[in-house]
Amino acid sequence: MPLYHNDDQAMLADTARGFIAEEGNIAKQLRHWRDRDCKDGFGHGLWKQMAEMGFTGMLVDEADGGLGMGHVEAGIVLEEIGRNLTPSPFLTSSVLAATALKHGSDDLKGRYLPGLITGDSVFAVAIDETAKHRPERITTRAEKSGNGFKLSGAKSFVIQGASADMIVVAARTSGADDDADGITLFAVPKDAAGMSHDAVRLVDSSMATHTKFDGVELDGDAVIGEIDGGRAVLDAMLLAGRVGAAAEGVGVARGAMDMTVDYLKQRKQFGKLIGEFQALQHRASHLYSEVEIARAVTIKAQQLLDGGSANAELMASVAKAKVAKTARLAVQEGVQMHGGIGMTDEYDIGLYMKRDRALAEFLGDAYYHANRVAELSGY
Amino acid sequence: MADLENFRAETRAWLEANCPPEMREPVRGEDDIYWGGRNATFKNDAQKAWLEACVAKGYTVPMWPKEYGGAGLSAPEAKVLREEMGRINARPPLSSFGIWMLGPALLHFGTEGQKQRFLNEIARGEIRWCQGYSEPGSGSDLVSLQTFGEDKGDHWVVNGQKIWTSYADQADWIFCLVRTDKENKYGGITFMLFDMASEGVTTKPIKLISGSSPFCETFFDNVSVPKSYGDDVPAYVGTINRGWDVAKYLLGHEREMISGADGGERAAAIGAAMKRHAAKTGDDIDPVLRAELAMFDVDALAYAAMGEKFLDEIKVGKAHPAQPNMMKYAGTELNKRRHELVMAVGGSRALEWESEATENGKPSKAWLRTKANSIEGGTSEVMLNVIAKRILDLPGA
Repeated sequence: MPLYHNDDQAMLADTARGFIAEEGNIAKQLRHWRDRDCKDGFGHGLWKQMAEMGFTGMLVDEADGGLGMGHVEAGIVLEEIGRNLTPSPFLTSSVLAATALKHGSDDLKGRYLPGLITGDSVFAVAIDETAKHRPERITTRAEKSGNGFKLSGAKSFVIQGASADMIVVAARTSGADDDADGITLFAVPKDAAGMSHDAVRLVDSSMATHTKFDGVELDGDAVIGEIDGGRAVLDAMLLAGRVGAAAEGVGVARGAMDMTVDYLKQRKQFGKLIGEFQALQHRASHLYSEVEIARAVTIKAQQLLDGGSANAELMASVAKAKVAKTARLAVQEGVQMHGGIGMTDEYDIGLYMKRDRALAEFLGDAYYHANRVAELSGY
Repeated sequence: MADLENFRAETRAWLEANCPPEMREPVRGEDDIYWGGRNATFKNDAQKAWLEACVAKGYTVPMWPKEYGGAGLSAPEAKVLREEMGRINARPPLSSFGIWMLGPALLHFGTEGQKQRFLNEIARGEIRWCQGYSEPGSGSDLVSLQTFGEDKGDHWVVNGQKIWTSYADQADWIFCLVRTDKENKYGGITFMLFDMASEGVTTKPIKLISGSSPFCETFFDNVSVPKSYGDDVPAYVGTINRGWDVAKYLLGHEREMISGADGGERAAAIGAAMKRHAAKTGDDIDPVLRAELAMFDVDALAYAAMGEKFLDEIKVGKAHPAQPNMMKYAGTELNKRRHELVMAVGGSRALEWESEATENGKPSKAWLRTKANSIEGGTSEVMLNVIAKRILDLPGA
C-alpha cells in the first residue's frame, strides 16, 4: 500500500480539515470553554456535530451501526483535532473505548455503541495508576462477588473521567501486580456506586480525574472480553490509542510549525522580516524535515495497524516517540521564534506548547516508547 | 498482480540459473565492485559471467528502454528484481556514474544519437565516466565555476581545474560543467562530454582523513573538445550555455541517491546489531548508550518510513520537487549519527587502524568517510537553504 492517502481518504481529509477548522478552531472551542471554566473541558455541541459528520463511530464495525473505517481514517480526523487544539473526546471515546468495545459482548455493544455513534455519550479510559504511564503493572483489583465483581483501587490521568458516561477500567482479577495475565477490562457505568472522581484541570485546560473505586459493585456483564484474559484487549486498545495520539501530535506539530512560519514572514526586526535571517531559516527547515518524517511514520503505523501486521506494535512506538520529539521541537521553536509575544496568553502558540505536554504524556512519552522500540528489537 | 507474481517466479529462476555463487556474497573490498571501462579487469570468471548475463538481459539498467541496453521494466517490476536480488544477496553486476548520473541526464535531455551511442556503452560497462562539477573555491556555490571553454568554431579549448572528481584517475570519459559565457552566471555553462585521454587532461588523487579516497583533482590545460562526435551526437547535453538546467536536474537525482531513499532498509534498526556485536566482544552496552541507540532507532525507522513514502509519492508525481533536499539533509545527518554510535559501541577495538580484527580499520574509515555526507552533493546548510526558499517560501531565502 503506498504511504499516502487514497482518493477516498484524501476526500475525507478535505472534509475533516474544513469542518474542524470552522467548528473546532481555537477561538470557538479551546478558548471558549477555557474562559468559561467549563467543567467538562470540551463542548458537547461539537461532539454532536462530529457525530452528524460520521466521525464518532468511524472505527465501529458496520454491523454495529458504525462506519467500519480504519486507523488511517481516524488519524485524518485526529490530525485536524491536533492542528486546531480542539478539545474533544474523540481519542478516548472513538478510538480507545471503541477499540475495547470491539471485544465486548453484543449486550455491551448494544448498551454503549449507539450513544457513541449519535454523539450522546462520551467514554473515558482508566489505565494509569502512577504519574508515568506503566500499563505493565496493574494493581487495581476486582474480586469476584456474587454474579459480578467488586472493584477497588485508584486510577489517575483519567481524561474526561468525570464527564464520561462509561469508563473502561483495567483491573486485576488474579495474579501479582506485575503479571501479564490476570487482567480484566470492565465497562464501568457513570452512576456506579462507590466510584468517586477528584477532577483536576490540566495545563492544556483539559479535565482529568483521579478516580477511586471503593468496592464498586459490577455485574458480570460489565466484563469486556475474557475474565483474566484482558491483557490482549488492553494491548489492542493501547496500540490503537498510541497510533491515534501520534496522529493528533502530528497535527499539533504542523499547527505550531505553520503558525511559526507565517510569523517569520510577517514580523520585522532590524528593518528586515525575521524570516530573512538564515539562523531562523535553517531551524525552520530542520523543523519541516522532522515534521514530514514524523508524519510519514505515523501513516506507516496506521497502515500496519489496519493491515493487522505483526510490525504494528513496533511502528506504533516508533511513531509515538518520533511524534513526541517532533511536536516538542515544533512548540519550543514556535514559542522561541515568536519572542515575547509567544509568552502571552493572547497568542495561540503557547496553547500548542501546553497541549503538546499533555498529549506527549498520554499513553507513554518519547522515553517510554524508545525503550519499547529497544525491547521489541531485542536489546 | 498475477503478472507481477509471474515476473517474480521468472526472475527467481533466471537469477538461480545466472547468478554465480561467488556473486551472492557481500561486497568485502573495492575489487569486489566492477566499475567497467576500457581498462577494467575482472577479479574472477564469476564476476565476468555475472556482468555478461546481466548485460544480455538488460539488468545492468533494468528500467532503461530496451533499445538503449535496458530491460524496459516498470517500476513495480524493477522493485521485484531488486527484492529478488536482495534475497540472494546478489552483488550489483556493474557500478557506474554512467548509470547513476549521466544516463538519467541523457534519457531526459539527450538526442537520439547520443542515447543510442552513450546509453548502450554505459549499459554494457564499456566506458567508465566521471563527473566534473566542483572546482576549488566554488564549493557549494557550484555555479561560480571558472573552468572556461573558448569557442573556436567547431571546437572549444578548455582550461581550468576540477576537484572532488571521484575516480577521475580511472575514468575514460568525463561529463563536465564548463563556462562558455563569462557574462552570464547561470546561462553561461555548457554540459560537455569528452575523453579523459585527450591531450592536456591530468589527474591527481586526493588523500582524505580516512586514509585514501576515490577523489581527484583534475586539470585541463588547453584541452580541445570537438562540438560533435558525429551525426546527431553533439559533444554537449541539452543546449550550449544551458548546461545548468542539466546540472540542476542531476543534482536533484544525486541528492535522492545520497539520501539512500531507494532502500529505506539501509536505515533499519542498529541497536540489536550493536548488542550482538558487543556480546561477541564481551562488552556490556552502557545503559546511557543503549538509550542513545534506542533514540537513534526511533529516528532511523521513522526516516525509513519517510523514504518509502517519498518513493511512493515520486512515482505518482505527488512529491514536492525540493523534497530530495530534505531527504538528503535528514538522511546524511542520520548516517553520521549512526557511525558515531558504531564507533561508541566498538570502543577501543573500533579505533584499530591496522589490524586483522577490523580489516584494517574498516569501522573507523567508514566513520571518517561519513563526515563528508553532509558536505558532498550540497552541504546540509545548502539543503536547508533550499527548503527555506522552495518549500517554506521564506522571504529573502
